[in-house]
Amino acid sequence: VTGRREEHETSADTGRAGDDRRWRVVALSLVPMVAIAALLGFGLGRDPTKLPNVLVGHRAPDFALRDLQTGRTLRLSDLRGHPVVLNFWASWCAECYTEHPDLTAAWREYGDRGVVFLGVLYQDSRGAARGFVGAQGQGWPTVVDPGGRTAIDYGVTGVPETVFVSSKGVIVHKEVGPSTYAGLRRSIDRMFRGAPT
Amino acid sequence: VTMNDSRSLRLPALLSIGVALVVAGAALFLVSRASSGNPTFQDRARAVADGLRCPSCQDLAVADSPSRIAGQMRGEIARRLRAGQSEEEIRQFFVARYGQWILLSPGTGGLGFVAWVAPAVGLAGGIVVVWSLLRRRRRGEEALDARHEDAPTDAERARIARELAAMEEPG
Repeated sequence: VTGRREEHETSADTGRAGDDRRWRVVALSLVPMVAIAALLGFGLGRDPTKLPNVLVGHRAPDFALRDLQTGRTLRLSDLRGHPVVLNFWASWCAECYTEHPDLTAAWREYGDRGVVFLGVLYQDSRGAARGFVGAQGQGWPTVVDPGGRTAIDYGVTGVPETVFVSSKGVIVHKEVGPSTYAGLRRSIDRMFRGAPT
Repeated sequence: VTMNDSRSLRLPALLSIGVALVVAGAALFLVSRASSGNPTFQDRARAVADGLRCPSCQDLAVADSPSRIAGQMRGEIARRLRAGQSEEEIRQFFVARYGQWILLSPGTGGLGFVAWVAPAVGLAGGIVVVWSLLRRRRRGEEALDARHEDAPTDAERARIARELAAMEEPG
């Protein structure tokens, strides 16, 4: 009888130890699962098309490109001393039509105050671009970027994108997607202050 | 499964693992031999384009994307290679323009280091877990075998039967 009781106690002990072990296994397998779920939650919660602006705070890459209408060569470095709004656009881009009235309004307000507006044509034919300018009106010049080298230099991923260059030639902000009048005013004010965002 | 069974199972398992390792090694050797030698200009341009993400399509490499900007980036890579830049210099040029995001595989510094090390750590952890589980199971089997050794011998069984019979006999 005593022998049997001892056996009972040992099996109860191993049962408790087994429970502990099981809980440890559950906890150990939950930790990586929770970590992976948190990582996924963080990664999937972000907009994958929103990219970091690595160019902000850096010197704007210089370029010498031909004017769409006159064919004259325009250099960014020649504009030093003026804040520059560089707008990458194309006639095939729907959002470029959307932002055009806002750009025009900002150009009307700031063009006379020393801010230079400059369009850079992105993957478009000269003919189609001239058609856009003729139909929509564009008071500021646009330069043609053959081979897209300037677009690559500015890390452009699509159009429209607008880069704000301070009078000292430093990139203070880059707007991805269509600009709004309010957003343009904010970025141009920043440019006057010369502060990167 | 007794201990003898698991021992006899071990040899074929080891053999098949060995065969798999030999096949994998031979394949690796053949692949490395096929791609070694002096890389051509095309190879070098392709190597850079393979590691860069297409900015407008995101899930494709610049080497594989039919988009226009990817084509222009391939042109830029070729131009820079011809100008004497190294593959790494060209990669850094694109990183300076687009950020680390443009690289399809993460860098080895900072957070990218975690991405490189995590799979190895996970694999090692998995091996430890499987190994300890197997060891525990074997220990359990050994304990069971040990109990079998304690089991009564034939002589003892005969004696127990005899004594039980004597107890049941009336009187």
